[in-house]
Order: sequence, then C-alpha cells, then structure tokens
Amino acid sequence: MEKLLISPSPHIHSGASTQKIMRDVLIALAPAELLAVLVYGWSELLLLAVGVTACVFFEWAITRWMLKKPSTIGDLSAAVTGLLLVMNLPTSTPWWMAVIGALFAIGVAKMSFGGLGQNLFNPAIAARVFLLISFPQQMTDWTATPGFIHATDAISGATLLGVYAEGGMDALVAAGYPGNHRLFFDIGGSAGEISAGLLLLGFIYLLCRRVVKPWIPLSIIGTVVLISGIFYLVNPAVYTGPAFNLMTGGLLLGAFFMATDYVTSPMSDWGGVVYGVGIGLIVMMIRYFGSYPEGMSFAILIMNCAVPLINRAFHSRKYGRA
Amino acid sequence: MSKITFPIGGVHPHDSKIAAQRPIEMLPLPPVVYVSMAQHLGAPAKPVVAVGDSVKVGQVIAEPGGFISAFVHSPVSGTVKGIAPRKDLAGNPVLHIEIAVEGDEWMEGIDLSDTLVTDIPDDPAVIIEKIKACGVVGLGGATFPTHVKLSPPPGKKAECLILNGTECEPYLTSDYRIMLERPKEILVGAALMQKALGGCPCVVGIEENKPEAVKAMRAAIEELGWQQKPVRIAVLKKKYPQGGEKQLIAAVMHREVRSGALPIDAGAVVQNVGTSLAVYEAVQKNKPLITNVLTVTGKLLPAERQHNYLFRIGVPLSFIIEQAGGEPDGAVKLVSGGPMMGKAIANPDATTVKGSSSVLYLGAEDTVRKEASACIRCGRCADACPMGLEPFLLNRLCKAGDLEGLEANAVQDCIECGCCLYSCPANIPLLDRIRIAKGQVIGAIRARAAAKKQ
Repeated sequence: MEKLLISPSPHIHSGASTQKIMRDVLIALAPAELLAVLVYGWSELLLLAVGVTACVFFEWAITRWMLKKPSTIGDLSAAVTGLLLVMNLPTSTPWWMAVIGALFAIGVAKMSFGGLGQNLFNPAIAARVFLLISFPQQMTDWTATPGFIHATDAISGATLLGVYAEGGMDALVAAGYPGNHRLFFDIGGSAGEISAGLLLLGFIYLLCRRVVKPWIPLSIIGTVVLISGIFYLVNPAVYTGPAFNLMTGGLLLGAFFMATDYVTSPMSDWGGVVYGVGIGLIVMMIRYFGSYPEGMSFAILIMNCAVPLINRAFHSRKYGRA
Repeated sequence: MSKITFPIGGVHPHDSKIAAQRPIEMLPLPPVVYVSMAQHLGAPAKPVVAVGDSVKVGQVIAEPGGFISAFVHSPVSGTVKGIAPRKDLAGNPVLHIEIAVEGDEWMEGIDLSDTLVTDIPDDPAVIIEKIKACGVVGLGGATFPTHVKLSPPPGKKAECLILNGTECEPYLTSDYRIMLERPKEILVGAALMQKALGGCPCVVGIEENKPEAVKAMRAAIEELGWQQKPVRIAVLKKKYPQGGEKQLIAAVMHREVRSGALPIDAGAVVQNVGTSLAVYEAVQKNKPLITNVLTVTGKLLPAERQHNYLFRIGVPLSFIIEQAGGEPDGAVKLVSGGPMMGKAIANPDATTVKGSSSVLYLGAEDTVRKEASACIRCGRCADACPMGLEPFLLNRLCKAGDLEGLEANAVQDCIECGCCLYSCPANIPLLDRIRIAKGQVIGAIRARAAAKKQ
C-alpha cells in the first residue's frame, strides 16, 4: 500500500444518496402519470416532456451561467419538480405555460433561495399558484384531451370541486355526483388527480423504501376527514363529505408527495403533525368558505411559511434529558 | 426477532462478520515489542524499569500515573532496550518501552493451566485490588481502568452489572469468539465483578445475530450449575450502536443515564465480555492483562486469511499484518477497531495496546467518502442519532460558530457513534464538525465549573 487513507470515523456509509431518494420519488409518481398519459393522450405527453425538460434545463443553465457552480441536475430534484408541476397542471394547458411554470419553479422558488435544501416554498406548488394567478382561465379549463384509451366518459369540462364552488351541493348532484363518478379511478382534473389508487400505491412504495414517514399525510387526511365529517353530518345538503374531499382537488397528490417535501416541511415528527393539521384546516376552510374551488396548493404554501417556526418549537426527544 | 433494544435512533449496517468462523489462534512472538504507556483512559503510566533491565512475562514495567490510570506489565521476557517516545496509531509521539524478546519466561505465581477456577474470594476489596494490580482496563473501546469503574463513589450503588457482548460494530468478531471458546471464564469474571459491586445481578447482552454465542453462554450457565444465580442472557435486537454504554443500559434496564451523569448514577455498571475474561484471568489466575484477541478482517481478504489472533499487547501492527499474509490488494484504509468508531491507522508500525480489537482493511468503494452536497433536510441524521440529537441543526450551528446554541442543543451528549454521517444522503461531514464542536463546548462547560468552584 503506497498511501494510507486517513479520515475520522465512521469509515463506512449507508450508500444513501439524494439521487436515489429523488429516483424513488420519480418511481412512486410514475404509475399515476402513466395513467394520465393513457387517458389524456398526446397533450399530456407533450406537457410531461416539456415540463420535466424545462425544469432540468433551467437548473442546469442557472448553475452554469448565473451561479457558475457545478451542475446539480444529477441529483434529480429538478426532474421531480418538473414531474410534480406537470401533474398539477390541467391536461389542456398550453406547453409554453409549462415552460413559464418551470422557470418560476426552478428560477424563482428554488434557485433564487439558494437551490436544493434552501427554498422556503415547494417549487412545483409555487409555480402552480403563480400560473393560476397569471392565467386563471387556462388553469381552470378542464377540457379532457383525447386519450389513448377511452376510460374517460366521466371526465367532463369542470372538476367536481369546480362545480361545487360554483353552484354548491345542488349543482354537484345535478352533475351526477355521487352516482357516476368513480372516485378511485378517473375523477377528472389534472394528471395528479386522476387516480387516487395509483397515488396511494406510489406513496406506499415511498413508505416501504423509508423515503417518507406517514405522519404528515395522515395528519392532513385525518384533519380533512374530521372537519368535513362534522360539517357533512351537520348539513349534508350544503357541505361535501369526507370521501369527496379526499378524492378531489389534488388532495392526495398534495398530502402524499408535496406536503412531504423534505425541504419545505418540518424536521420533527410532531412538527409534521402540526404542519399536517394546519394544511388540513386551511384546505377545508378554503373549500367551504373560500372562492377558490380546491385550496390544497394555498394550504401547503401557507404552512410552508410556518415551517421555520414549527422547527423551533418541536425537537426530537433527547436521550437522558427527560 | 428480539425486541429488546434502545429507544431512540440507530442504524442497520451490514454486520460483515466474515471472520466469525475462524477460531482464536495464538500469534507468534515478534523479535521486539513496544509497550505504550498510554493504553488506558486517564494519566499515562510511569515506567519503573530502566534500559538494560531483564524482564519476565507479567512483570510490572510501569505504574499508574494518577487515580485514573493503570499498571502496565511486560508482555514478553527479554531485555529493555529503550524507553522513548514512539509514534502511535495516529502518528502522535507517546512514551513506549521497547523490549527485545528472549525466550518466554513468565513470572512465578501466574497460573497458565486451563483449569477453571470458580471459587470467588469473599472480600470484594481483594478482587478489586487484584484487578488493579493486573492492569485490567475496559476492552470495549474506552479502556477505562476497570478497578475504578468497580468502585462506585460513596452513596452510589450498582443495581445491575451489564456484560456487553453485543459486538455491534460490523466486522469485529473477537468478543464473539471468546464467548464461544471461553464462556465459563467470562461468567466467572462476571461473578467476580458482581461480588466486587456488592452482589448485584448480572445481565449479559448479546445481539441476535450471534445465536451461537447465546447458546454457548447459556450452556455455560448450566454447566456451571448457576441456573439459580442472578445472571441471565438478554438477546438484543441487531441495531447499531446497541453496544453503546448508554444505549445498552436503556435496552436492558429501561433507564436512561441523565445527560452529564455516569452510568452508576442510573445504577448501572457496564463491562465488556473481554474485560470480564481479563478480570477472570487477573483474579483467578493471577495473570495481568498482557494478551487480548484481535480480528484481522475485511472484504478484500479471502476466508482463509481472516484471523482472530490471541496477541501479546505491544506487538507492532506491522508484525500482525505480516503474519496474516500482508496487506490485500485494493486496500486503501486500515482501521483499528470497527468501521463505525474505529481509528484510521496512519502508522502501521504503531504497536498494539490493551484495547486493540482489529486490523480492518477497507477498499476504496467501501470507505472513500463521496463529495458533500446540499442538505436536503430529510432528517435521516436526526432519525439515526441514538442520543436524539439533531445533527443537521448542530451542523448549522457549528458552521455559524454558535457555541451557546450548540450547548443548548446538547452537542455535548454526542457519543460519536457515527450514525449521522453514515446515514446522510448528502454525505455531509456531520460528525467531523460535531466532534470538534463537542470538544469546545465540553471545554467551556468545564471552565465554567472550575470558575464556580473558586
């Protein structure tokens, strides 16, 4: 041996890497997105290609030309942002809008805060809200594009939440709810809302791979079920119930994949519970009393702001300091 | 699967016990040994021999240099050739006694037979005195003088002696081998320590990945006819750092040692199984601590070149490496101790000490650190920390140089087990920074305490 390597302990590593974690997230999201491509066809495929490519490109370009640092696209986090952004867009969104969204997500929400790990807001959600405010018409146009398979009879021009926000419970019943809407398969909306079952499958994959913990999604879902359950029991003629609220408006996509974003969620388990309950409360307030139909994006963004404070208040239990 | 384990954190590295099936072999004597004066925690020992003196195996060659210190005995017979500073593992100069080996003549009164002596002396003071005189120190890693640990300060009482047979570090198999090959001696050693501590019960903690050791130890209890004695085997979950003193106490006694306190404050005394064997040999056989078992291992070595050696303390590592067939191709790092907490060997000419437990070869793929990237705030370091610390936060405070913040967030409680760095997906050198900060904070705490006393 010519030279001995000297470094402090530990001398071995678990092999975990940011890239592997992000790859797991991509794998977990893949089934739901694949179904969306099948159901919405070329339009969704184009969005997917443009959204992911644009996010990766912008990150590469910013690190290379503006920050003059080594590229970080290899960690796959930009690809995850791209995929999540696409899954948050109506399938009829024009491709150039996805490019603007990608620029906002990567350029503003992520890189201007210092890149991966430094951003206050989830980049994909920040971009979705930016697009929603900038292009309200296109962002709420839920016209189903022609797909490769025809399972889409039930998918109509407006989402159920849109119908509800517009005309209340009566309009919802007139639209055929709950009769001909299959909540677990094709419920209409953006790619990320199309199949609760496949989203759940992806989330279970992440749980098994120990990429995420269940506390944040459970807190969100628990809060939503509790609040909508109470309201529904009090007045079912006015308020939508738990099943409806869970299956619509990207709630599961948000709870499983966006609220659990490491960077923008609390570090401790109990902090995560507070954060999740907060998201659940805000989303139900927006849905019942606000003017926007869904509210998941706003709820997550608002609770993102509270994360630094939550992190100060909640710490892990220390040994020997009870 | 065993459910007995510590409550917070921990990681699951592959145990890589490739040398487990290799019986303990006697390492031949080298031409020269170098006996370190600093092979225990506390003050270095002071030589009591002079250059040119003839010494026998087991003869005292250095005496304790303070209250927390230990006797050092000659591991060989021969002539003292020099008493001078020599580089240790890390390359730092430490006083060593160099002895040229001539024959193998032992001091009178040392019982070298295999006969098992089970009679326990009645007087605890006799046991502790023997342990002290034989230079026994903790062989689990910290090399704390055993007689000090067995003499709790007034007002404190041991409620449980925990024998640490977890050997939770990957690769290491020396404790496993002695549990297989010398279980009765270990148990008698435990009985001696129980007696010394005033008759507390004893629990031997063994990780579930060593079922043969559990079987051997349980069989030994039966063969000794000790089923009714207060000694039992606890099978623990395989989880690192199960063998950490504080973790083991929590697993076995469901108690936590208060921050800044000693195990005895929680009523616990933890001793390694190797220490127990040394206690047996010291008290029952009058044999000082001049031998120990060390594993030569690594994935780069074929099965037949894995070894568990009974070595004389003071044998240079380079001699052991040579005896084991030299360094394997592809090794980039030599580690003394386990891969999680062991020390990288900077100087292979360094000598073995009482606490030496391995020569571990690691290849580039296993040990070369990847470049650090941005923290993604995944929290794995906090989930892994067995002390419940938040390494991501400590890392930030280290970078900011915020000593107050570091103390408030308990950096001083860090046991340096390495779980944080091991689990970090961004390869951030968490423990490297935390270790330095811990030293600074402990220094500040001590300075404050000293100022208060005055």
